[in-house]
Amino acid sequence: MKHQNRLQEIFTKYGIVFVLIVMIIAMSMIKPSFRTLNNILNILTQCSVYGILALGMTVVIVSKGIDLSVGSILALCAVIAASLGQSSTASTKYFANMAELPIIVPILAGLLIGAICGAINGGLIAFTGIPAFIATLGMMTICRGFAYIYTSGKPVSTLIPSFEFIGQGRLLGIPMPVVIYLGMIIITKILLNNTRFGKRTFAVGGNINAAEVSGVNVKKILLWVYTYMGMCAGVAAIVSTGRMVSAQPGLASGYELTAIASTTIGGTSQSGGIGTVWGAVVGALVLSVMRNGMTILGIQSYLQQIVEGVVIIVAVILDMRKNARKA
Amino acid sequence: MEKEKDLLQMVNIEKNFPGVKALKGVNLNVGYGEVHALVGENGAGKSTLMKCLIGLYPVSSGDIYFAGKKIEHYSTAQALTMGISMIHQELSPVLYRPIMENLWLGREPLNRFGLVDHQEMYNKSLRVLQEIELDEDPRTLMVNLTVAKMQMVEIAKAISYDAKLIIMDEPSSALTEHEEQQLFKIIRKLKKQGTSIIYISHRLAEIFEIADKVTVFRDGKNVGTEAIDQLTMDQIITMMIGRTMDEMYPKIPCTIGETILEVKNLSHKKYFHNISFEVRKGEIFGIAGLVGAGRTEVIETIFGMRPKISGEIWINGKLAEINSPMDGIANKMGFLTEDRRATGIFAVLGVDSNIAIPNYDQFHSKIGLVDDRAVTKGCNEFVEKIQIKTPSLKQAIQNLSGGNQQKVLMARWLMTGPDILFLDEPTRGIDVGAKAEIYKLITMLASEGKCIVMVSSELPEILGMSDRIMVMHEGKMTGLLENSSDLTQDTIMRYATGTQDDF
Repeated sequence: MKHQNRLQEIFTKYGIVFVLIVMIIAMSMIKPSFRTLNNILNILTQCSVYGILALGMTVVIVSKGIDLSVGSILALCAVIAASLGQSSTASTKYFANMAELPIIVPILAGLLIGAICGAINGGLIAFTGIPAFIATLGMMTICRGFAYIYTSGKPVSTLIPSFEFIGQGRLLGIPMPVVIYLGMIIITKILLNNTRFGKRTFAVGGNINAAEVSGVNVKKILLWVYTYMGMCAGVAAIVSTGRMVSAQPGLASGYELTAIASTTIGGTSQSGGIGTVWGAVVGALVLSVMRNGMTILGIQSYLQQIVEGVVIIVAVILDMRKNARKA
Repeated sequence: MEKEKDLLQMVNIEKNFPGVKALKGVNLNVGYGEVHALVGENGAGKSTLMKCLIGLYPVSSGDIYFAGKKIEHYSTAQALTMGISMIHQELSPVLYRPIMENLWLGREPLNRFGLVDHQEMYNKSLRVLQEIELDEDPRTLMVNLTVAKMQMVEIAKAISYDAKLIIMDEPSSALTEHEEQQLFKIIRKLKKQGTSIIYISHRLAEIFEIADKVTVFRDGKNVGTEAIDQLTMDQIITMMIGRTMDEMYPKIPCTIGETILEVKNLSHKKYFHNISFEVRKGEIFGIAGLVGAGRTEVIETIFGMRPKISGEIWINGKLAEINSPMDGIANKMGFLTEDRRATGIFAVLGVDSNIAIPNYDQFHSKIGLVDDRAVTKGCNEFVEKIQIKTPSLKQAIQNLSGGNQQKVLMARWLMTGPDILFLDEPTRGIDVGAKAEIYKLITMLASEGKCIVMVSSELPEILGMSDRIMVMHEGKMTGLLENSSDLTQDTIMRYATGTQDDF
């Protein structure tokens, strides 16, 4: 009896991992081409951009917030980074007389812009007290607007080779986007589980009053939560720009929702204070495997969207029941 | 300097909230190693004063001296480092995090890489937990602890700050007798070490057991500070309510009629088991017990807010099928919830909307729209009948005093024309004068033949109002008592702590 309870406990806790494994096994049996190393790396590469966003989103949602602006921030970071990373052979140069810059310049520019946009989000939420939904909804259209103004609506392309390496190169046989994704997973994991900032983020999301009376500077925590989210968007922007060797202002539209979906499928609770980094990774993988699988099976892309929506809703229903049992 | 004599001096403290003067020139002195009790009705200003002291609210005027120094404009974090620590009445744990993270929240120990040192945190937690003899693994999630143990963790946290002054706001309200004795042991130990304690409690008996001095609050003022051995319990009560008990609870004798509500062996999956009682016409039926005993859950289940797993509810001799509050209302029940702000008022809506919300079906015009004139007329009737003090019906309810808000909610339920009225902590957080009016209203309703089921944590209220009293302990009914003049708070407490059990 006790043994059975334990099993049940493991299943409720890691249920989504089982779902992922079942999906992988099923796909491997139906389509052998799914199993190839190349396809697996492909799946990982495909989820790296919104996977990185989902990492930052986990921190945000653990703090009982939400960030709708990440897709737009990503686009703004991407066009700015790309404009600083153009090759001298480009036919339409953003900065006409600029020499080729070392790759570190566009990278730092992307991260910085991301961090600034995130800090604005965090500042608005922490210091004016407006809901995160509203603050980031505003920033979503503001950043998108800036991205269009910056580029006059045109894509920025023909980038330096080292930019291409970030998106399409390999390190020890592993695609660079996957390497960067892995790095971000480790950083976020340490940030959330091993730093004071992480512990306090859980406290702010779990019980903001408790955090306050314990002397936690809640405003500072919120400011940094959204700043980190913004930086993740910056990293994702670099990866995304590298993969396409160009950037355009309409980029990553709707990615905020994919990031929220990944986080949510992974069991991070919208009510705050509960969430894991591995959950965000598994959630992103579930979406990626599902998309890849359905494409291999030749399922129409419109139908794919419907399936995705159903999966998100079902995942949350299951998750709520899990937490209801605990309470 | 003379100021040095006491650890804490609060001089002429005033605190104004928009529209309310919560503190009207309060003084409080607490000596070194002194256990100083604060007593007073809810809303008398004790908690507000303490929130000012720990830096959660800025004071509107007045001075605070701590350890000989004047302190002002400080945050809770600074108060903690100065040595002022508070155990809050509304427990404030971060539920889905381990005990140890709750203990060290805001000052997590770091290792040499600047990361949180989990091992060190664990060891330090173990030591603090041992000090208060709480046998729990520091890695246990808070959500898995009982309310009493969460409270002990809060105390451990205060101790771990090396506080010079610990404020305990109703620390024993959720504790069993044994746990309470353990708490007192800790308090005596702290006192011996020179720590001062401000002890807020409604239970006068324990104040006589543990406190050195007592300060009584009423309506935002302190009405007196005395050494505890200079006072009797009756004197304290009279100071608290500003009148004697009989005036406070104006019981109108009324004839109790036939049984209206009968509950048979009602059980909930988690909160309570095998509850049986009946309530008759014109009767006020009190339900007493400690926090977490399952009192609220019982009446919520009867009303249809929670699912029952077994048991029957009979109304007027007929078996009633109640699965939702809608069913409850259809069975002529009304339910005044415990947390007025969370589940009662619609803060920004007017008094009229707040009264009429469950009653719009009564106010259809012929073409199916709401007949505003009829609503106004209907609301006015109740505003007059139960004397709600409001400038107009359109006034947003959030601008009314707590007592008047409560009356508006009473009006809401009375408009539905209920036979059975559930009142969950009907006088929580309202001042003494308004309390007396609510009591008058409740008695009036009973005399009109409604049956009233009242859950209350305030024993004087239970004893002053009820005809019969059910006492619960950890989800079980332990006593069903006829209220008579020789029934005392102590007797009820014995049932509430499970020391005595008739079933």
